[in-house]
Amino acid sequence: MPLTAPSRRNDRVATIAEKALWIRRRSFQMVYEAQQGHPGGDFSAADVLATLYFGVLRYDPTRPNDPARDRFVMSKGHCTGAFYSVLAAAGYFPESELKTYMQPLSRLNGHPNRNYLPGVETNTGPLGHGLPVAVGIAIAGQIDNADFRTFVLTGDGELQEGSNWEAALTAGHRRLENLTLIVDRNRLQQGARTEETASLDPLDDKWRAFGWHVEVVDGHDHAQLLDVLGRSPRGRSKPLCVIANTFKGKGVSFMHDNVSWHHGVPNKEQYEQAMAELV
Amino acid sequence: MSAPAPTKTGFFDCRDSFAATIEALAEADPRIVTVVSDSVGSSKLAGFRKKFPERMVNVGIAEQTLVAVGAGLANGGKVPFVSAASCFITGRALEQVKADIAYSNVNVKLIGQSSGVAYGELGPTHHSIEDLAWLRVLNNLTIIVPADPWQTEQAIRAAAALDGPVFVRVSRMPVPALKRADPLFKIGESETLVDGDDAAIIANGTMVHRAISAAENLASEGIKVRVVNMATVNPLDETAILAAARTGAIVTVEEHSVRGGLGGAVAEIVTAHDPVPMRIMGFPGFVPTGSAEWLMEHFGLTAAGIAEAVRQTIARKR
Repeated sequence: MPLTAPSRRNDRVATIAEKALWIRRRSFQMVYEAQQGHPGGDFSAADVLATLYFGVLRYDPTRPNDPARDRFVMSKGHCTGAFYSVLAAAGYFPESELKTYMQPLSRLNGHPNRNYLPGVETNTGPLGHGLPVAVGIAIAGQIDNADFRTFVLTGDGELQEGSNWEAALTAGHRRLENLTLIVDRNRLQQGARTEETASLDPLDDKWRAFGWHVEVVDGHDHAQLLDVLGRSPRGRSKPLCVIANTFKGKGVSFMHDNVSWHHGVPNKEQYEQAMAELV
Repeated sequence: MSAPAPTKTGFFDCRDSFAATIEALAEADPRIVTVVSDSVGSSKLAGFRKKFPERMVNVGIAEQTLVAVGAGLANGGKVPFVSAASCFITGRALEQVKADIAYSNVNVKLIGQSSGVAYGELGPTHHSIEDLAWLRVLNNLTIIVPADPWQTEQAIRAAAALDGPVFVRVSRMPVPALKRADPLFKIGESETLVDGDDAAIIANGTMVHRAISAAENLASEGIKVRVVNMATVNPLDETAILAAARTGAIVTVEEHSVRGGLGGAVAEIVTAHDPVPMRIMGFPGFVPTGSAEWLMEHFGLTAAGIAEAVRQTIARKR
């Protein structure tokens, strides 16, 4: 969408900041109540998700299958606390439904299901599935010379899955300028740091070598994210990889950059402290 | 459409039927695209590529992306026919088939080419005698194993018409065109090609014409055996299976492992309703070196072998 008037842009950045805070608070409440979830990744991705849904994506939640919609694929499907929160905030389903997270027969499964929930493009959960599907969506757009864009958010540990690199080759080969990958580069995977497990650096060079245009941004800076994601892809002739440098658990002091919060769940004291900090 | 040329007198390669049908369908429906993994030649899609170059997506040798790109193309409004050797499109990309196609329940058609032991001497890495077992447990996924060129065309047309995921298992083994009094193909409905009440053979794919020959041999001995072509493995024609059970003896025959394929599927129905003696014919697992024809001979998947299995199963009738 056009981002011309500076005042309008500032308003938008303010809205994104407000939504990102809401996503963190609401998703943490979901995880606390369900006593399950992946809050560390919810928090590292919250700013990217808020920027996409309140600054970049063109969608109508009442027409989730509109052929002209921009697509967003949530490849890090375990971070449903943040994903369901942003979908509810965007109007795909009532916010009141978030309290059913992971409850029996809820539509809000631990990993998203497109057949239950509007706004979900493909069922994810096993890692390395989102990017290859997003490449297929972008190819459909390329064949039709359609106007929609396709965005996909992966974790960084997830990039250890080989399927991503198959898809990266095809996207580069086909010069899918309508495709944008955002890597939530929090440098922590489930058990340890990525660089201590199977190192990814230099990550930007890897994507460039596969024929992608790369931008490295602060993944918690809404203005930076809005600029890089909102820019028209026309004429770039390459897919875009945005490496969003983030912190797992961003926003809460005791969770910040702490691997134990990958799928840690808070007790009452921790929950109250976190909510006191998330203001 | 012109009939595919026979490979040897009266025998056909069903891939030709697939290729001719997909080209005809694509003429009429611009949503149809093909997706391949450097598998243009082995899928016989060179003609499609020539006619519709912009509607063929070749992802290279990358089966996970092959299947996932199919899911994405369906999301973008296309009707993708994703075609590669059956051993790779299933085994190599099994989690994509599960999560991106079946669980996501998307409108993608997977074409498993040169299935079974068609690759003969290339060995078990290239055989696809596990595919039905792997795929049969996935909800939403329709599975069709056509027996001849006509049924291959019908299966491809039915797959295109169905809004949902389909796997069609296509063979390169030469098969004859089967004789049908009343040709009709419907997903989920089997066809009875030979009538008989002494026993029933339930077969699909390349085994159907062998089963018919077996029944003809047995008829000369006065044994009347029904031959049911169970082309659709998902959803199963339970009515026909239960009717077969009422003959008192069932032999299943498939170009697949004896574990988890058509025979297993039939046994699940029979044991739950009306148990009768059964014999499941197929391959025992990884097979030794040999041509496809030699392997079928070696494991008794011939008219004579099937006939003998029927006699033995009838002897077990209660």
